[in-house]
Amino acid sequence: MSAVAMRQPAPLGLLLLAITAGLCLAGVAVGSLGWEPLWGGAGDASAAILWEIRLPRTLGAWLAGALLGLAGAVAQGLFRNPLADPYLLGSATGAAFGVAVLLVLIGVSPVAASGWGARIGLTGAGFLGAVLAVLVTLGLARGVQQTLRLLLAGVVVGMVFGAFSALVMFWAPEIMRAMQAFLLGTTGFLGWGSVALLAAVFALALLVAIACSRPLDALSLGETTAASLGIALAPVRTVLVGVMALATGAAVAQVGLIAFIGLVAPHLVRAAVKPTHAWLLPLSALAGGVLLLASDVLARWLLAPQELPVGVLTAVLGGGYLLWLMHRRPL
Amino acid sequence: MSAPAFEVRGLSVRLGASDVLHGIDLDIPAGRWTCIVGPNGAGKTTLLKSIARLLPHRGNVRFMGREQPAWPQRELARSLAWLGQNETGAEDLLARDVVMLGRLPHQPWLGAASAADRTAVDAAMHQTQCWGWRDRALGSLSGGERQRVLLARALAVQAPVLLMDEALANLDPPHQADWLQIVRRHVAGGGTVVSVLHELGMALHADDMVILAGGKLAHQGACADAATHRALVDVFDGRIAVHSLAGQWVALPQVERDAA
Repeated sequence: MSAVAMRQPAPLGLLLLAITAGLCLAGVAVGSLGWEPLWGGAGDASAAILWEIRLPRTLGAWLAGALLGLAGAVAQGLFRNPLADPYLLGSATGAAFGVAVLLVLIGVSPVAASGWGARIGLTGAGFLGAVLAVLVTLGLARGVQQTLRLLLAGVVVGMVFGAFSALVMFWAPEIMRAMQAFLLGTTGFLGWGSVALLAAVFALALLVAIACSRPLDALSLGETTAASLGIALAPVRTVLVGVMALATGAAVAQVGLIAFIGLVAPHLVRAAVKPTHAWLLPLSALAGGVLLLASDVLARWLLAPQELPVGVLTAVLGGGYLLWLMHRRPL
Repeated sequence: MSAPAFEVRGLSVRLGASDVLHGIDLDIPAGRWTCIVGPNGAGKTTLLKSIARLLPHRGNVRFMGREQPAWPQRELARSLAWLGQNETGAEDLLARDVVMLGRLPHQPWLGAASAADRTAVDAAMHQTQCWGWRDRALGSLSGGERQRVLLARALAVQAPVLLMDEALANLDPPHQADWLQIVRRHVAGGGTVVSVLHELGMALHADDMVILAGGKLAHQGACADAATHRALVDVFDGRIAVHSLAGQWVALPQVERDAA
């Protein structure tokens, strides 16, 4: 036990960075036919594939995973629950609903959509749906003051928006296939525009979350004790819910409903070290990035030239990890 | 006698649909140890939280001569340390990180821990004898070990006024004695302690006793006072008796002997 507790957070961070670098190389080297590094061969086509397709997809997958890992760590700290998930406030189903509505309105599928406009339209719709769902959740919970109300409202909103999406698909079955890609999670539509957006949101969310790391530590002792330590709970909660909604909304809008990353990434970090939130937040982001990028590389590689939906892979891997955790530490 | 630490006037608290405290008037002296006792549901914890400004309430509370709402949050947090009942959570924080949280009111928003912070943490952890497991996660400690870390967290605030709710939970007799010594030392140094205690034998070690029953003040007086003992026996329906034993007051349950 003491050997585990003595492990330091900084080396873990370096390790995760090293794995990230390795995965980035792998991500750029794996193409639609499996392992096919193109940097040896000259030619405009190879350069274009590397630069326009593989690199933004690799970076985008890492950033989306990092956002989910960060949002998960914030959610677990804020709700004082190690099983809290960044999708708790209904943002995921809200984003799915937004995408479904847009698909019906403009009648394009992500597979057919090649122009920038369609991509930005889809991510924009996903983001708007996520924000709308979070706002409805906050409205039902009458703010962020009562944690239990907030969680229950999130569950209700998730169910209702999920039902709306199902209804839209029922009425317009032609969008079913495109919606499926989104619901399963996919990194196939990531371009440089997505990478820029994800990077900007990630930088902002990480800075704000780390600035709130001490209040999150204090919150782990309970709200009363945190208040007795001079923490202004209301503004801290508002800011952190905002960070969570923004990070989740941005990630979901770009890559769809990727399961388990936000839940598992902080767990993995805490299994290795026992850090305060100043370390837990960036380490969870790193772990989330590593998890999603590794899953993405695997999803492209395993059955190449067939591609597995990455969300299926994360669900299987994440579910397996949680089962192992249950087995090791009976609940 | 010095000015009171707390002056409470007409304090009423409503939690959900029920009134828990009904218009309490009370002065709690500074530089002494006051113990709040009473039957289950009497409102002891609610009273403690209200005077700590941790619960919305009606009525007027003055703390150290200043109206409670006039206290800036961080200044109040430096002047008044709180140790709650059955604090859970923080399973994954190391013991020393938990104790360092007591220094939050002294630290700038993003500033690192100062030498004074580290000294305070070391002193508090040595005082409650939990220095040995400073590098262990709170979740890996036993109930009593955990309680000593949490007590060190409250002591690390180095506030003149210490409020503790059932601080003896899970402590074995030697560490209960240590706790008494810590409280006594704090008061001897000019500090004030207000504690809620279930265990009347320990509560009778305090200087003063506030006895609550049904959300009202039943009695307030010195622990050594016979009137206080009578009030104590009354609120517990005559089911206990207070005796003097080896120079200490003890409360023993009244057992009907003929029932055996």
